[in-house]
Amino acid sequence: MLRKIGFYCGIGFLTLFSIVPLLWALVTVFKRDSDMYSVGTVPFFYNEPPTLDHLIFLFTESNFGLFVQNSAIVGIFVVLITMVLSIPAAFSLARLTGSWGERSGMAIFLVYLIPPSLLFIPMYQIVVWLGVANTIWSLVIVLPTITVPFCTWLLLGFFRSVPRSLDEAAMLDGCGQFTTFYRVLLPQVWPGIGACAVFAFSLSLGNYIYAATFITRSAARTISAGVPTELIRGDVFFWPELMAATLVVAIPLAVVYGLFFNYLVGGFRNAT
Amino acid sequence: MSTQQHSGVPQPRGRMGRLSAWLDQPKVLAWLMLGPAVLYVIAFVGFPFLLAIALSMSDATIGDPSLDKFVGLANFSAVMQTDAFQLALRNSLIVTAGTLALVLVLATLASELLVHSFRGKRLFQMIFILPWALPVSLTAIVWMWFLDSTFSPVDWVLVQLNLLGPGSVWGPFNHLYFLGREWLGLASVIVTDTWRMLPLATIIVLAGRMSIPEERFEQARIDGAGVFRILFRITLPALKPMLIVAILFTGLLVIGEMSLVQLLTRGGPGHSTQVLPYWAYLKGIQGGSLAQGAAITLFLFPFLLVASVLALRAAYRSQEA
Repeated sequence: MLRKIGFYCGIGFLTLFSIVPLLWALVTVFKRDSDMYSVGTVPFFYNEPPTLDHLIFLFTESNFGLFVQNSAIVGIFVVLITMVLSIPAAFSLARLTGSWGERSGMAIFLVYLIPPSLLFIPMYQIVVWLGVANTIWSLVIVLPTITVPFCTWLLLGFFRSVPRSLDEAAMLDGCGQFTTFYRVLLPQVWPGIGACAVFAFSLSLGNYIYAATFITRSAARTISAGVPTELIRGDVFFWPELMAATLVVAIPLAVVYGLFFNYLVGGFRNAT
Repeated sequence: MSTQQHSGVPQPRGRMGRLSAWLDQPKVLAWLMLGPAVLYVIAFVGFPFLLAIALSMSDATIGDPSLDKFVGLANFSAVMQTDAFQLALRNSLIVTAGTLALVLVLATLASELLVHSFRGKRLFQMIFILPWALPVSLTAIVWMWFLDSTFSPVDWVLVQLNLLGPGSVWGPFNHLYFLGREWLGLASVIVTDTWRMLPLATIIVLAGRMSIPEERFEQARIDGAGVFRILFRITLPALKPMLIVAILFTGLLVIGEMSLVQLLTRGGPGHSTQVLPYWAYLKGIQGGSLAQGAAITLFLFPFLLVASVLALRAAYRSQEA
C-alpha cells in the first residue's frame, strides 16, 4: 500500500513537472490582452471571456504557417539524407569491416562530440561559399552533421543485436552480401530505423544555432529561429501568439513521440 | 530453386554479373556502404573543424574573412583575459553540472516508475515527453513567460502563500525577478535545461533499467533488502554504463546550447549569466570577430574530448564486466 502511494506520488510529481509551464501557456493563449496584463486577479482563471483572436492572428498575420512548412521540409529531407547515409554505414561497420568496425562505436561518438556550438562560425562561411545562405537548403545540407553520427551509432547497436547465424543461413542459401543486408538484416532492424527517424526529426526541428546564423530572411526561417524573431519585436512580446505557436508544435509531436516511446527506449538498449 | 543456389555462391554471368560479384565482395562493399557517410562527415564536420582551428589562430573578421595572417594563440590569451569569458566559462560549468545532477536523479526516478506497467501509461508517456517535442528556443519562450518579471504565476502563488510580498520571508517585493538576477537567473536556466533534457535522459536510463533481469530484484527482496538498499546495491551499479551515456548526451547538449540563455537572461545582468556558446555568438557573428569567436568555441574542446573518452571507456568496461 505504501509502495503504491509512493509510486503514484512519483507519477504525479513528474506529470506536474512536465506539464505545468505548458498549462500556463494554454491558459494564456485564449486570454484577452486586458485580462492577461491585469494585476490583482487570479491569473489562472478567465476574468473576461476567452477569445480565439490570438490563434487567428498567428495563422493569418504572421509567417508562422511558412515556418511550419519550412521546418517540415527541412525535417523530412534531413531524415531521408540521414537514413541514406547512416543505414549502410552502420551495416558496414557491424558486419563487413571486421575487428576495427567492432570498436568503432567510440570513434563515432567522438564525431558527435564536435557540437554545433563549435562549428557554426566556420560552417557559416561554408554555407556562403556553397551559395545556400538564407535558404532552407543550408539547413538540409548541414543538419545531417548532427544526425548522421548519432543515428549510425544507434543503428550499429541494432545491427549487432541481430544474430550472425541469420546472415550465415542466408549466405548458405546463396545470398550475396548485399542481398543478405537488404533481404535479411534490414527487416530485422525496422524498429531501430523508426526510432532513428524520430530522433533525427526532433534534432533537426530543435536546432537553433544553425537556423539563426544561416538564415536572416523571415520567410525562409524555421520554427525554432522564426518564432522568437517574428513574435518578439524589440521589447514587445506577443505572449499569447508565442504560447499558441509553442503548443501547436508541441502537442501533435508529443502524441507521436509518445506512441514511439517504447521504440525510442529500444533504440538505446543495444547502444553501448 | 535452381541447382546453382544449392551449390553455394552463384557464378557470375556476363559483364554486369561480374561487376556485381566484384562489388559484392565484403571489402569492396564495406567501403561502398561506409564511404558516403565518411565523405560527408569529413566534408562537413572535419573540414569546418579544421577551419575553426585555423580561424582561431588568424585575425579573420566578418568584413575580412581571409586567413592570411597567422597570430598563433594570441586570440586565446586575449579572450581568456576578459571578465566576460571567465564568467561565461564559470556559468557554463555551473549550468551543466547543475543540470546533470538534477537530470540524473529525476531520470533514475522516472525510469524506476516507467519500468512498471500501470493504467494510463500511454497518456503519461505523452505528457512526459512533451518538453522534448519543443524546439529549444520555444522551451525558452515558455519558461520566459512562466517566470515573467511581472506576470509570473509562480510569484503569484508565492504571494498567496505569504512567502513573498511585504512582511514575508522572501522580501518586501511582490516579485522574485527570476531572470533579472545572477543566481536566480542561473537557477532558472538549470531548471529549464533539466525540464527539456529529462525525457531524453529518461529514455536512455530506462533502456539500461529494462536490461536488468527481474530475478535479481526478487532475490534481493527475498533476502529482505529495503528500497534504498536495492537502489544503491543493485539498480545503480547495473545502470552505470547507461548513466554514463545519459551524462554524455545531456552534458553535450546542455553545454553547447545558446538559445536558452540568449532568450531567458540575455547573459545579464552584465555578463553574470553569460555562457560560452552565446558569448562566442555575440563576439563572432554579432561582433564580427570570427577569430575570437572561434577561439571561444574551441576553448572547451580538449577538456570535453578527454572527459568523453574516459567516460566512454568506463562505460564500455563496466558493460563488459
